[in-house]
Amino acid sequence: MSKSETILEVRDIRVVRGGTLLLDISSLLIQEGKVLSLIGPNGAGKTTLLQTLSYLQKPFQGEIRYRGQTVHSNHSVIGYRRRLAMVFQEPLLFDTNVFDNVASGLRIRRMKGPEIRNIVEEQLARFGIAHLGYRSARTLSGGEAQRTSLARAFAIQPEILFLDEPFASLDPPSRESLIEDLELILKQTGTTAVLATHDRLEALRLSDRIAVMKDGKMVQVGSPEAVMNYPVDEFVASFVGVETILTGEVKKQNSATFVASISGSEIEAVGQIPPGEMVFLCIRPENVTLSTNASKETTSARNVFPGKIEKVTSLGPYQKVRLDCGFPLVAYVTHHSLEKLSLKEGKEVTASFKATAIHVIRKKEP
Amino acid sequence: MELIFEGIKKAFWLVVTFDPEVIGITLLSLEVSGIATLISLLIGISTGVAIALSRFPGKKIVVSLINTGMGLPPVVVGLFVTIFLWRNGPLGFLEILYTPTAMIFAQAVIATPIVMGITLAAIQQLPPKLRLQILALGATRLQMVWILIKEARLPLLAAVMAGFGGVISEVGASIMVGGNIKGYSRVLTTATVMETSRGNFDIAIALGIILLLMAYLINLVLTHIQQRERPR
Repeated sequence: MSKSETILEVRDIRVVRGGTLLLDISSLLIQEGKVLSLIGPNGAGKTTLLQTLSYLQKPFQGEIRYRGQTVHSNHSVIGYRRRLAMVFQEPLLFDTNVFDNVASGLRIRRMKGPEIRNIVEEQLARFGIAHLGYRSARTLSGGEAQRTSLARAFAIQPEILFLDEPFASLDPPSRESLIEDLELILKQTGTTAVLATHDRLEALRLSDRIAVMKDGKMVQVGSPEAVMNYPVDEFVASFVGVETILTGEVKKQNSATFVASISGSEIEAVGQIPPGEMVFLCIRPENVTLSTNASKETTSARNVFPGKIEKVTSLGPYQKVRLDCGFPLVAYVTHHSLEKLSLKEGKEVTASFKATAIHVIRKKEP
Repeated sequence: MELIFEGIKKAFWLVVTFDPEVIGITLLSLEVSGIATLISLLIGISTGVAIALSRFPGKKIVVSLINTGMGLPPVVVGLFVTIFLWRNGPLGFLEILYTPTAMIFAQAVIATPIVMGITLAAIQQLPPKLRLQILALGATRLQMVWILIKEARLPLLAAVMAGFGGVISEVGASIMVGGNIKGYSRVLTTATVMETSRGNFDIAIALGIILLLMAYLINLVLTHIQQRERPR
């Protein structure tokens, strides 16, 4: 990964409202051209952090340094804010047509007509809404409205783009296509972005780094792999680690499936991905079957691995079993199977899962 | 029935022959209420927006006072404006009692809380996050206020209608501070009161019809603008 410059630096910021500590972050660096995701449950402080970083939420204690310089007086706050853009969960469009909405940030900057037209048309095309230019914003669907909102943000060519749960209120199909487009646009434009989300798969897909937040604090900041596979504590583990997430390189492409190498083991999953690409493989614990002797039970599962039980935790109706198969793997089993197979820590078992049960995410190129 | 029919006939003639007195009264009505509405828009919108956007202790009390003010009885306004403008009253030195200026003053007092109250409600019903979005787009505080006013333009048109409609039809304050002086401070409402009390129903009906017609025409224009802006 190439070294990139720090565009924003946070030092010891604290936000207190009505006697409640909403945010308490000792240090956070935002690197130019990279996407940082803030993940955490509701109330973790993601929105507060975004609004503090964009100086929309005041006052706070501590320091925010933009390219090494502190943002001070009211005058420089406007100048600073004009280098940023923010997209919220709600599109928050103005009561006018799509074109004027996308142009609004440029008009606020007193840009002239012909220049505005060029930029707006470029953004409309980029977000696939060129045909909606003269439609009233009130008649748009949720997906179209959020595209307009994103186009409005990109029109001002922000140095940092803040995204506060931008996909959270979209229906699955429009959400999927917007994430896909945004992923590409972020890559093409090399925009620095900070994305707040409660969806870790969304974070995995879009970000270079992930920061896990809880109660206004940073619990863990690191690469997606590090956060997903090596959570620092129980909280991060429970928040990000509902399923096993493995990183690997695609080795071979078959007709409908591909084989990826994960720390020496080969896993087969469904998808058309060329060899050489890096992927995340997400395996839900309920899709992993355990047996004590693989040869006795025939299985249609493509992926069969011997492993050793590291830990068994009770989760009410299920038992969560953590295995070491050369890579970490989590399985859920019922009490009944636990007793029948007499599973306990240290025991050797065979884990199997189908190629179709793996959720594949193509890894963002560094 | 005869009385009404005769009245309408007379009214029609007064209008189509451009009776100079009726025209004079109508124009003065428009002038006084128009200027009073303009003043109330300036004060009402700016103050209404300022209150809607600021947070201060006692805001609820202020808002409830403004809402009460939306229904100020014109005679009460007339009474207090008269006291203020009375020769030895606090504003007596202005010597404007029984002039159209005094009527504008009183009508502006009546219309301002109406405009302010509707503005306040209009700005407050915009999504709270919209302000953050506007600031995040790089707006200065002044640009933000301007954009919010544009966003609330439809309810603000209602404020114009309500303000103008309130003052052009009120009679209590106008008669008290204007004095209903012929050719000087006589407006449609005060003239209607006087002609009715004299039993000149035909002229009273004519004036009443003109008053209705004017209120209707102005609201027609504003409603047209408002409906054109509505989502289809």
